[in-house]
Amino acid sequence: MPLNQDFVGRCFVADVPFQVGREHIRQFARAVGDDNPLYHDVDAARAAGFPDLVAPPTFLINAMPGTLGLPTEDEALGLDYTLVVHGEQRFELHRPVVAGDELVTSSTLTSIRAVGRNEVLVTTYRYDTTAGEQVATGICTLVSRGTAAPRS
Amino acid sequence: MTATIAYDEVEVGTELPQRQFPLRRADLVRYAGASGDFNPIHWSDRAAAEAGLPGVIAHGMLTMATAARLITDWIGDPRALVEFGVKFSSPVVVPDDDEGATVTVSGVVAKKLDGNRVVVNLTTRCRGEKVLMASRATLQLP
Repeated sequence: MPLNQDFVGRCFVADVPFQVGREHIRQFARAVGDDNPLYHDVDAARAAGFPDLVAPPTFLINAMPGTLGLPTEDEALGLDYTLVVHGEQRFELHRPVVAGDELVTSSTLTSIRAVGRNEVLVTTYRYDTTAGEQVATGICTLVSRGTAAPRS
Repeated sequence: MTATIAYDEVEVGTELPQRQFPLRRADLVRYAGASGDFNPIHWSDRAAAEAGLPGVIAHGMLTMATAARLITDWIGDPRALVEFGVKFSSPVVVPDDDEGATVTVSGVVAKKLDGNRVVVNLTTRCRGEKVLMASRATLQLP
């Protein structure tokens, strides 16, 4: 079943800001096997000039509303998440995210197009602090495998 | 900690030391928990088979995070990474055994830009196949 094109152009924003926590940063850094002291040791981060623990660059993906910024729970979109694979991901980082940041994150579904039997969804991300500072932007491409309408 | 590599020290063609990163099934489960991405294709053989995949595959973002380590470990200061993007060209299949999969990452300075910026191209392979394409990082160096 093809995805619902009515969702193209919609912007999704989490109901509450994403609070970046020290333990989440440590847990994420351990999960990617990264023992950089800036991600684990508050004193090391402060000595390096950061206000608190630094988040690894791809930590940003956690801050998106829904799943990778899409409302995968919304049946109207018609996305079967087990058929989804990640196609492309890009971040522009204006400064590293640090513990204590409160991020207002939003994603906009900019297109859904059929490529062969698959559908390709492109989403753009914005990350701003509650104080209005933009810390990063991103773009994500997901592939919904085998859901394109059959060609007649 | 400031970046340990200066703009004047690198040339186009400067290589970043190649590294190998093991990924086992438990690492995928740990990443699912830390990232909140519980898509079962990343931990259930049954779900992966039903989705038509050759096996349980690593989260693309875990592969991307692994590739990013080559950069951040090389420059020392994560502030230096100002842009990073990848295309996921082939899945990293992680069998439920003691070996799992090994991801090999290497990098080379591809461009020197104005304003002390350099572009590094990364090559990320698993079982000889490129798992990331167009994998590029822009660094702001002192």
